Amino acid sequence: MRFERVALPLGFGVALLGVWHLAVVATGTNVVPGPVQVMRGFVELANRGLLIGYTLDSLRRVAIGYFIALLLGLPIGLWMGLSSTVFAALNPLVQILRPISPIAWIPVAIILWGIGEAAPIFLITLAVLFPITASVAASVKSVPPMYIAAARNFGLSEPAILYRVLFPAVLPNVLVSLRTALGVAWIVVVAAEMIAVDSGLGYLIIDSRNAGKRYDLVVAGMVLVGAVGFLLDLGFRGLERLRSVRWGFRSS
Amino acid sequence: MTKLVVRNLEMTFAGPPPVRVIEPTDLEVRDGELVCILGPSGCGKSTFLQIVAGFIKPSAGTVMIDGTPVTGPDRKRIFVFQERGVFPWLTVDENIAFGLADLPRAKRTEIVARYVDLVGLKGFERADPQELSGGMKQRVEVARALAVDPDMLFLDEPFGALDSMTRLTMRSELLRIWQAAKKTILFVTHDVEESVQLADRVVVMSARPAKIRKIVEIDIPRPRDLSAPRYLELRDGILEEIGLAHAI
Repeated sequence: MRFERVALPLGFGVALLGVWHLAVVATGTNVVPGPVQVMRGFVELANRGLLIGYTLDSLRRVAIGYFIALLLGLPIGLWMGLSSTVFAALNPLVQILRPISPIAWIPVAIILWGIGEAAPIFLITLAVLFPITASVAASVKSVPPMYIAAARNFGLSEPAILYRVLFPAVLPNVLVSLRTALGVAWIVVVAAEMIAVDSGLGYLIIDSRNAGKRYDLVVAGMVLVGAVGFLLDLGFRGLERLRSVRWGFRSS
Repeated sequence: MTKLVVRNLEMTFAGPPPVRVIEPTDLEVRDGELVCILGPSGCGKSTFLQIVAGFIKPSAGTVMIDGTPVTGPDRKRIFVFQERGVFPWLTVDENIAFGLADLPRAKRTEIVARYVDLVGLKGFERADPQELSGGMKQRVEVARALAVDPDMLFLDEPFGALDSMTRLTMRSELLRIWQAAKKTILFVTHDVEESVQLADRVVVMSARPAKIRKIVEIDIPRPRDLSAPRYLELRDGILEEIGLAHAI
């Protein structure tokens, strides 16, 4: 089991690198980089201090945008879930805004915020805000009413019902949507950095192409985006094993 | 001593269209009595129980407990929701301790231990509800209710979701707990046999809108012999009352 989970993907990855390398050598291309060039690209980025710096720039933008979105989305979603009036007023808006790709907001972001830090953060906030709001509202609405009734029966105050019953009841669902939203935020930051700023992994990819067609650095940037995204997701999956939410993930 | 007095209780759910659920109803329950409310599914007996528990306001009439009108749910009277009211994010002992948050830890631990023991869940204190069978979850809910030392328990078809063998065991468990803890119990069921096995009195309800057709005193000493002529006589009397033949 352990062997299959580690050795299988590792073996397949190495085989794929081999095929890639052989294909590059066999075709004699000097446009498409092979794994060796990409590896050298990584070293070059590390030496120029960009590897860590650009990754941190992207992570910082995601963290700020994500945080702002949670600050707005969690309470609004909760409010929508608790009050059918608020739900009726806001839900159509949320449902219309939710399917709009954050990429489509790029022109609007630039008009509003110009070129600079604010634009990508704004885009990430949008990418996270609507799905989180919708998901929190839906999760709160689907809490079995008997949980609330039982809490009331035991004489809990309204705030106590929130933090002793409602929050734990919605936590597993909300955690899943938080994880999905973080993945989306990481996708969006790359696109946003290609347009609005001059640092970060998105900038690295577009700049390496524009300034000298350095496709080895383009691919290195892509690999880095993938690896960081994978680690973020892995960290979030770890949260799903916490005792207070484990019950919601029992079936998997 | 009279525990519960229901006077002219009526319920109509505001529509559209309005639905008449309960016709004017009177009922008195003595302190420490076990009363079964028996009626067909969807007749309004569950609504009746929720009104008495204070979760729903009646359209008309009053509910008095210990001489005081009921205006809302109260921790002196706990409603047990099948096994689905157990909180899945808490362990068995945390569930049972749910209503005891105000007590000091030592006292809380002591009470939880007592009720874990009473409902026969020793060894499962740290278990998650997902690991328990339906019957065990039902016991967790009963223990959680008893732990706050209420005067009354409201049980809404508590054994409806259990298999028939577990159901029989749970009935005798309930009687054992009732005799040990001396609570007034209102028990809603659609099962004629269940009501005759458990109750001091069976309140037979009609189909919707519910009204009391008859109140049957079950004058069989406990433990009850389920093949005694008197048991069969009372059971058949109720079956006849609700218009069901006792042959199949």
